[in-house]
Amino acid sequence: MKPFTAATGCVVHRKYAGSSDEMVALMRSGGGNQYDLVSASGDATLRLIYGHNVQPINLALIPAWQHLIPALQAPDFNTIKDVHYGVSYEWGPNVLIYNTQKVTPAPTSWSVLYDPANEGLVSVPDNPIQIADAALYLSKTKPDLGITDPYELNQSQMDAVVALLKTQRPLVRKYWALASDQIDLMKNGDSTMGASWPYMTNTLQAAKVPVADTLPKEGVTGWADTWMVSSNAPHPNCAYEWINWVTTPAVQAQQAIYFGETPANTLACPEMDKQQAGSCAQYHANAPASYFDQIKFWKTPLRNCGNGKSDCLNYGEWQRAWQQIKG
Amino acid sequence: MTTLAATLWRHPRLRIASLLALPAIWFVAFYLLALAAMFVSSLHTVDDLSGQILPGWTLANFRILASDWTYGRIALRTVGIALAVTITDGLLAWPFAYVMARHASPRLRAMLMALVMLPLWSSYLARVYAWRLILAHDGVLNWALHGLGLPTASIGYSNWAMWIVFTYLWLPFMILPLFAALERIPTTLLEASSDLGAAGGRTFRRVIVPLALPGLAAGAIFTFSLTLGDYVTPLLVGGPSSDFIGNVVYSNVGVSNNVPFAAAFAVLPLLVMAGYLLIARRLGAFDAL
Repeated sequence: MKPFTAATGCVVHRKYAGSSDEMVALMRSGGGNQYDLVSASGDATLRLIYGHNVQPINLALIPAWQHLIPALQAPDFNTIKDVHYGVSYEWGPNVLIYNTQKVTPAPTSWSVLYDPANEGLVSVPDNPIQIADAALYLSKTKPDLGITDPYELNQSQMDAVVALLKTQRPLVRKYWALASDQIDLMKNGDSTMGASWPYMTNTLQAAKVPVADTLPKEGVTGWADTWMVSSNAPHPNCAYEWINWVTTPAVQAQQAIYFGETPANTLACPEMDKQQAGSCAQYHANAPASYFDQIKFWKTPLRNCGNGKSDCLNYGEWQRAWQQIKG
Repeated sequence: MTTLAATLWRHPRLRIASLLALPAIWFVAFYLLALAAMFVSSLHTVDDLSGQILPGWTLANFRILASDWTYGRIALRTVGIALAVTITDGLLAWPFAYVMARHASPRLRAMLMALVMLPLWSSYLARVYAWRLILAHDGVLNWALHGLGLPTASIGYSNWAMWIVFTYLWLPFMILPLFAALERIPTTLLEASSDLGAAGGRTFRRVIVPLALPGLAAGAIFTFSLTLGDYVTPLLVGGPSSDFIGNVVYSNVGVSNNVPFAAAFAVLPLLVMAGYLLIARRLGAFDAL
């Protein structure tokens, strides 16, 4: 932040939000003129766009955009009808984490998280978007349900997903709310496997806990964070300066290594290896396009199914379903 | 100064009014108006996508609460654990408060009092996190059980863990009013009871317990209401199905921006508390405060 202020004269005042939902609530508070910018995950971006909380981005002012991974140049979670409402900058997959000593052989499928043998050993995020993980799993294991997109579920598909997640509940030691919660759970032996982020794997491995993570064969969900400009931003120039700052390869690499995520700017790969040898490949910053086919990036569930029908459940209904699952 | 004092002395109504004004304004502005706003809010709904409050009045929130048994279960869990914690604290506080009030030397009494107050000096969060480490799978509890050759317990992140942590957290709030009530029982009454031929047990049942009941009821108000309104302990030490009413309210306000639904659910603990206070008043809780 200091070099940014030195280079542009813009002073950064920041506020952290604990979750995507809280981020949306913050952007809506105070008429939306309290913040210039928001960094939102894919499960929040559409809510901000349709809530008119953010404004379109002029990509001509963002030189790094043309170097972004093609899959993140115009993803459907921040671009609607060719209008860009934000710039993707970092992403990561939602991986299967496991204790390498207690879970053998190494799992290759999400099925371990639904296996009654693992009662009380599983930790999964306390987040309604977690429903998509189960939907993705069912789309592969029960094709007759007809789930094509884990974020577009109609009532009968949702019922099947909720039924699966209810059978998962007795296996769950804790639905974690904070990354540090799951780190504690894995460290103290309360949980031996769970849905997680690469950040946890890195932190736990650094603490000498025997864990590893994997992208199971059913594919994974993923998140990609987008910088968006508030529709009532008091300092739009500084907002653009900031987006350009965070998409420069050096800053991208720095943030990626610090948080265990992957930069969207393809030019960041050599920077990452310069800062920490081998980190570019470790975080898949050089991954080919086929790698992204395995990742279904978070997006806000909407009534509109994308196939002309509008019988899908929206995010409010996902939240209520999640509360029912947790009980 | 003298004229002001004289005026106030001559006009007792003015005296009382000026004394009450500040707390009354506080009470009306920050409590009654907030409650009213909550009731009004609970009769609205929000647009799922934009988060805007929709115009018009509706009972939709209450209908969801009534039709979805998830919320009934959460309410029962909240009230049930609050009652369990209150009963446990009552049982634990009795012997402690009794020794403190009736048997301890002034020196020992001061020490016991310091012991009761000691946990209140450290942060609530630090103490809850400490319990998390104690009850964890590889935590202090299981380490001790294993050392003693006993089977290990798997109570970390469960409703049992919440019950233990809440009982620990609110115990001082039960001991203090109970101690105050027990201390106030005149020795002469106990002597009179014994002179009339009552044995120790009978004196305890017929004299001490009834006289200490207001203190017990006052403590029970604290332990019950503090548990009923908590959401941090369920979040930190609770298990997969440990959400309290407070957690649902929190996730609807801070997280999903559905304030009307949160307000509707928050009406429930208000009713529970009103009923609880009525019972407590019957038992004389407010005589001891």
